[in-house]
Amino acid sequence: MEDEYYLELCDNPVQFENASSVNNVFFDEANKQVFAVRSGGATGVVVKGPDDKNTVAFRMDDKGEVKCIKFSFGNKILAVQRTSKSVDFINFIPDLPHLEYSQECKTKNANLLGFCWTNWNEIVFITDQGIEFYQVLAEKRSLKLLKSQSINVNWYMYCPETSVILLSITAAGNVLQPFLFRNGAMSRMAKFEIELPAVPKPAKSSLSERDIAVATIYGQLYVMYLKHHSRASNHAGAEVVLYHLPREGSCKKMHVLKLNTTGKFALNVVDNLVVVHHQSSQTSLIFDIKLLDGDAIPTIHQPVLPARSIHPYKIPQIGPAAVASQTPVPCELYSSTWSVFQPDIIISASEGYLWYLQVKLKPALRLLKDKGRLMDFLLRRRDCKMVILSVCFQMLNGEEKDSLAVIATVFDKLNQVYKEFLEMDQSYTMAMESGLTRGNTSQKRPVRTQAVIDQSDMYTHVLSVFTEKKDVSHKFITAVLMEYIRSLNQFQITVQHYLYELVIKTLVQHNLFYMLHQFLQYHVLSDSKPLACLLLSLESTYPPAHQLSLDMLKRLSTANDEIVEVLLSKHQVLGALRFIRSVGGHDNISARKFLDAAKQTQDEMLFYTIFRFFEQRNQRLRGNPAFTPGEHCEEHLAYFKQVFGEQALMKPISQ
Amino acid sequence: LCTSKLYGPSLLNFFIYNPKFGPREGEEEKKILFYHPSDFLFPPHRTFCPTKPAKSLHTQKNRQFFFEPEEHFWMVMVVKNPMIERPSKGGKPDLEYQEEEIFFALLHSQLFNGRFSKAMDEGGVALLRERLEKFFYRYLQALHLGSCDLLDVFGGISFFPLDKMTYLKIQSFVNQMEQSLNLVKYTAFLYNDQLIWSGLEQDDMRILYKYLTTSLFPRHSEPELAGRDSPMRPEMSGNLLHYGRFLTGPTNLKDPEAKFRFPKIYVNTENGYEELHLIVYKAMSAAVCFMINATAELTREFCEQLDNLVGPRLTLLASDICEHHNINRRTPGLEKEPHFKFIYFNHMNLAEKSTIHMRKTASVSLTSVHPDLMKILGDINSDFSRVDDDEEIIVKTMTDYWVVGKKSDQRELYVILNQKNANLIEVNDLCASQILAG
Repeated sequence: MEDEYYLELCDNPVQFENASSVNNVFFDEANKQVFAVRSGGATGVVVKGPDDKNTVAFRMDDKGEVKCIKFSFGNKILAVQRTSKSVDFINFIPDLPHLEYSQECKTKNANLLGFCWTNWNEIVFITDQGIEFYQVLAEKRSLKLLKSQSINVNWYMYCPETSVILLSITAAGNVLQPFLFRNGAMSRMAKFEIELPAVPKPAKSSLSERDIAVATIYGQLYVMYLKHHSRASNHAGAEVVLYHLPREGSCKKMHVLKLNTTGKFALNVVDNLVVVHHQSSQTSLIFDIKLLDGDAIPTIHQPVLPARSIHPYKIPQIGPAAVASQTPVPCELYSSTWSVFQPDIIISASEGYLWYLQVKLKPALRLLKDKGRLMDFLLRRRDCKMVILSVCFQMLNGEEKDSLAVIATVFDKLNQVYKEFLEMDQSYTMAMESGLTRGNTSQKRPVRTQAVIDQSDMYTHVLSVFTEKKDVSHKFITAVLMEYIRSLNQFQITVQHYLYELVIKTLVQHNLFYMLHQFLQYHVLSDSKPLACLLLSLESTYPPAHQLSLDMLKRLSTANDEIVEVLLSKHQVLGALRFIRSVGGHDNISARKFLDAAKQTQDEMLFYTIFRFFEQRNQRLRGNPAFTPGEHCEEHLAYFKQVFGEQALMKPISQ
Repeated sequence: LCTSKLYGPSLLNFFIYNPKFGPREGEEEKKILFYHPSDFLFPPHRTFCPTKPAKSLHTQKNRQFFFEPEEHFWMVMVVKNPMIERPSKGGKPDLEYQEEEIFFALLHSQLFNGRFSKAMDEGGVALLRERLEKFFYRYLQALHLGSCDLLDVFGGISFFPLDKMTYLKIQSFVNQMEQSLNLVKYTAFLYNDQLIWSGLEQDDMRILYKYLTTSLFPRHSEPELAGRDSPMRPEMSGNLLHYGRFLTGPTNLKDPEAKFRFPKIYVNTENGYEELHLIVYKAMSAAVCFMINATAELTREFCEQLDNLVGPRLTLLASDICEHHNINRRTPGLEKEPHFKFIYFNHMNLAEKSTIHMRKTASVSLTSVHPDLMKILGDINSDFSRVDDDEEIIVKTMTDYWVVGKKSDQRELYVILNQKNANLIEVNDLCASQILAG
């Protein structure tokens, strides 16, 4: 069970003074800051988050109960709402007046529901009668209305990542009107209706803000609706309906996540997974909207993994006299005092903690048996590399190793992602090369995510280790290596030499030379100089390797020197000479090297032939058959004279 | 015009004997283990007493070949020399090919029967005689010495040309099948009667290849080429999803009387030999040989599993290969009839290629050149076999053909060039380009 918890709270939560009668706690989703306001600010305001380093502490006058408090981006301006009519501002920019200033909402009799910063100096007021978009003129300590819109609002929701504000309008509240704020402009997006569950008359249902969350998943903005089925209907359980909100065009119902249970739920989005917490069972479910089970729209999704609790968490005891021996106290998970914020934040105001929710991938290995689906799931996760590599290693080892068909599927999935990256990278490089002259810098260098598992990763962490194992049959090893090479080829990825070496090593170790021969015959192991040299080294155990190696060198056509060396080492002096002449390199070869080799054969006629060849070359190149001192052939000249006599030397031909 | 009549070589006798059996006078017939033809006439022992170096002995009319595959076991083949009756000349023997035949006969018999001494151990002389009788009776019937030529000397393997990706798919298929049908020890894969993959060692594959291409495959015509409803295609498997069928073992899996017996073969291993069931399964032009340890019992269930698993995938693979093959063949320039023909053989991997042979079966060897030219090739080959060095022989025939034989580092290339005006340099260049392409 221990290794089945796939969700956990982060180790380093943001700690703050817990909420109490004298300390009010606020959370700003835009800056991920927690505000602890003591006594209306008179005894101090402490702002923490998103990491512990950026703590801001200050005092402000107690001018009544604080309803909402938020910094603009970069902590430039503080906005405090104390009444339902106006918002107060304090500049935090050095050298600007620190004195508070205030802005009342323009619409008469309107009640301020809240406000959102959309930039360091732009703010939106949301009232029950519409929205007002202001620019803050900090140095003048005043605000300028940029735009406003009248509309009856029930409640609103803000997505800071995309600067989109959703307004709940109409009586049932189920029509949502989104507004987009960008560069000082406010634009109205297409409104859409959330389908409420059918209820028998005369009961009336309405959309509660508790059942709506907004988050970006895989780079797209989604409105998530927790749809509780009424008790009267026979539906098995609640569901989360995802409405895709594109920047342009209309909103569309895209995904339905089946919860298969009822009760109180809360939503988070972590690593592009939708996490649904269920309070009564104290468990959570995760959904991946890219794991498709069909192509119907909306797509129906079942949880990726069975429901599990968040990993038990212990709060370290802290106090003025904190002692190391003090035992940490277990934290109550799924507490009713928890507040859940998008995308991945859980706050316990009563205990003074802010946690980020995290997904652990390792437990998925045990909980998700279908390896293809597991890979699809893992490849989309942020910190997936080591987990994927360990899946690969596991599927090749031990009693529970997978069939080659499954292994092939997994390799194909990995290489698909790998290939996509290589292609993007290549097109980026090409665009940069051609674009530099045109000043085109719009394209961004593709990010190499952890899901890009290249050959070197596979070699280092999986294949080289696996092939060293004693308990694996060589047949299986070869089959796996060939399957990986097949998959790389299928995606037109150039196979690295070390993979071939692994194949060769495995075959050679088990004397499977004929198999090796066949692979080479069909060019499955691509030609390269290192491979040719490796083959050459096998000649003593497998003589045909010599021919294979020479053929390969010949095909490479950049290895003429190597071919000559190989032939000379085999005392095939004439063969070497014929070869180098056939490729037109015979004017540059060392006479001494060939004469040495010819002499070693102890074949006098061969020596004569080779000697004569070089005499002729000297005649042709220099007009004299004699060797120059630089060629260091004195020893061979002496030998020639000794065997064949001085008169056998070639006479210079005068031209 | 001179007319000549050709009498090809023919088999007179073939026998196997062991001089240690029946050593006493009058018991000579005990030495004989097999004799063909059956009207037995025992040759007196003293007329020949072969020793190892003497591989053959020839007279005006006959030629005898000796081969001692195992200690004291001798195989002897007596061949009537071919005769060419010409007005001017008398008969002239043509000796090239028969030695190899006896060698293959032996290897063939060992593929199916195992070693002689093994049969002796199992059931004495009687069992050995029975096995030899059974095997060689059929083997010799199918032997056509008259149509032997250079390709029979090489006993090579024709490899199917294939792109890397399709080859890797076949690898993947073979490995996955071996894993799923975990009884399978070795697999061989052929397409169009040409080898693509052999899990067997080269020497064993050479014999199996010869058996498959000259005996098994020709016996099974291609029913899938006939219409689905034609009588050529009996309700083989009744399976509409694939074209797979067994070439050995059951012809119809649905038949309740079907027997699940497969031929057994013997292959060499590091420590002796092993006995294997030979399952040959074919879909369209793709054939797979699965070899399974003979101790395993092959049941109906296993055969059905194999059929269900292999049939659909092999069918798919066969059409894949066919498609790729056709793409490659469409390369321009190759459709033209080349002005030369060649036979290529590589001793290292036994690869052979021939543009001279149209089709090769057990009984007929269809060559596209005149037998005289084939005979010249044979002569050049026997010259080559006498020396180890690289060599080149160029012959211009009376009929204005150039015949070139080139031997280079374990490879042999024979080219017949029909270009009357060609000079020696052109011929040489052409051969050089060919040997590199091989």
